[in-house]
Amino acid sequence: MSSYNNTARFSEARRVAIFGGTHGNEMSGVTLVNLWTKNGTEIQRKGVEAVPFITNPKAVEKCTRYVDTDLNRAFTPENLSAPGGNDLPYEVLRAQEINRIFGPKGSPEAYDVIFDLHNTTSNMGCTLILESSKDHFNLQMMNYIKKAMAPASCLVLMNEHPLLKYSTSRSVAKHPVGLEVGPQPQGVLRSNIFEAMRVILKHALDFIELFNEGVEFPPCTVEVFRVLEWIDYPRDANGNIIAMVHPNLQDCDWEPLNPGDPMFHTFDGKTIHYQGSGTVYPTFINEAAYYEKQQAFITTRRETLVASAIIKA
Amino acid sequence: MESVSFPPLSRVAVSGGTHGNEMTGVYMVRHLQKEKIDKIGSVSVSTVLSNPRAVEICRRYVETDLNRCFTEALLNSPVTDSSPYELRRAQELNAQIGPKGSKEAVDLLIDIHNTTSNMGLCLILYSIDWLTLHILKYLQSKMASVEVRAIQLDIPIAEAYSLESVGKHGFAIEAGPQPNGVVRADIHNLVKEAVDHIFSWLQEFNSGSTFEGGEVEAYTLVKSIDYPRNPVTGEITAAVHSQLQDNDFKLLQRGNPIFMSFSGETVKYDGEDLYPFFVNECAYYEKKIAFHLARKIKLTLPPIKVTD
Repeated sequence: MSSYNNTARFSEARRVAIFGGTHGNEMSGVTLVNLWTKNGTEIQRKGVEAVPFITNPKAVEKCTRYVDTDLNRAFTPENLSAPGGNDLPYEVLRAQEINRIFGPKGSPEAYDVIFDLHNTTSNMGCTLILESSKDHFNLQMMNYIKKAMAPASCLVLMNEHPLLKYSTSRSVAKHPVGLEVGPQPQGVLRSNIFEAMRVILKHALDFIELFNEGVEFPPCTVEVFRVLEWIDYPRDANGNIIAMVHPNLQDCDWEPLNPGDPMFHTFDGKTIHYQGSGTVYPTFINEAAYYEKQQAFITTRRETLVASAIIKA
Repeated sequence: MESVSFPPLSRVAVSGGTHGNEMTGVYMVRHLQKEKIDKIGSVSVSTVLSNPRAVEICRRYVETDLNRCFTEALLNSPVTDSSPYELRRAQELNAQIGPKGSKEAVDLLIDIHNTTSNMGLCLILYSIDWLTLHILKYLQSKMASVEVRAIQLDIPIAEAYSLESVGKHGFAIEAGPQPNGVVRADIHNLVKEAVDHIFSWLQEFNSGSTFEGGEVEAYTLVKSIDYPRNPVTGEITAAVHSQLQDNDFKLLQRGNPIFMSFSGETVKYDGEDLYPFFVNECAYYEKKIAFHLARKIKLTLPPIKVTD
């Protein structure tokens, strides 16, 4: 935790990308990026080069999450350096291409900020996804967005778990920001969800513009939900799901789940209860894409992070 | 009104996964098959996973929409190994639970579907079928806390394109809202309760009960409205307006908002008073349908009983 006396200096955040279609059936991002590719007026800010970009065009065309493999898990060091050319899975090739254009990941040439636009079938509302508790630039941005959206809710999910963290498209940038808005079925465009995502981005770009102009952002605290673990569906010996998310848990993202609370409901009507040792805050409850990843929901715990003051270097 | 009689309904088929990503039917059929349910009282039950290849990849269909393959013409058309999978599968299903129009066909076919639209619980039927409408009336009386509606598509049976037209009687149960690829417990339990009531009704019917006549309302399809599109590229330029979204079956009148364009303009409805349904159904984007519009009609049901 840095002391309040230290102001962290960051270089100007000039190169900003907005990714849509990382999952080809998550329609808010696809629609917004296509819109801004035709007419980028809305995303223009002084001192910012904002690039809208469809990351997985083949998946978008088929209106499917991915073609060969999940692009949002594909940015591993192994994949990014894999030889093999056109024999590689489509999304691995895309990851290498995206790394060339917006990276290389981990280098000084990488883009300053990437916003990756996602939807979820879970009732998560507006969620920002943070990948590092030490990214004070991102923490300050998220604080700004939350305050600008209030009283409307915008929560921060932080995935820093050493085993559960994954290599996202946005991880190519110095400051990766995930936007996750739901609930919205795959393949469907809901007006309220679309407009919400648009507003989050407006505030995010406003923040970057202010930062680049030299505004100093004083120290602040940010409430985050830290990923603890994934819980799978109960399955039989053949791996088939034998229970559904319980009606008492369905749609209750971010609400406390206490030991003994109903968690799953079997197909023949029995209740399975949560057996954890303490209260957790579940999210990504009943996300369509996570059935194949063996994830019915994730558990989180609430934490308050302190962001030091930041100013442009 | 004079009583109408029907032969006993002793062979019933329950199908799911006609669209491979509509999960209630998939899980219900799998559960019935796991429990090896093949008889419920006087009724013999066959369970069918209609489109197993689509279920496997959790997609609506593999090559073409299975639930448009059941017209007489398509069922009788010559197929080869290179014909679309669903065309061949439709003919297989027709041989298994039909043939459509013949006396070997199952007495009743119930096909379970989900929709991303906020339609609650609906029965979808072709033409006016007293039997199905009596089942509707029974469900309405037994499930009083839920609105159970009937949607009638006025299409002659030969041109009827969906699976339930294969049975002597048939209807689809449509339950939503539920995203593709997701099984919601509340939707599942609603459909299970409905299916349990339907089987109770079948027992009563087969054992000789008379079901009193009465009035039911049904929604009959009038027309469909597409999304506003770019005239050159064909791309959608607006989303269903938030005041129409999730308001299936609420009367739509001239001047009501129906779309919100991406540039912020409201598009208003200009037409006769009608009831929207299948509002923002995921699978209908490619069919160029943002929502359907229906007229509400009142039907007078005769009493019915099983033929002596």
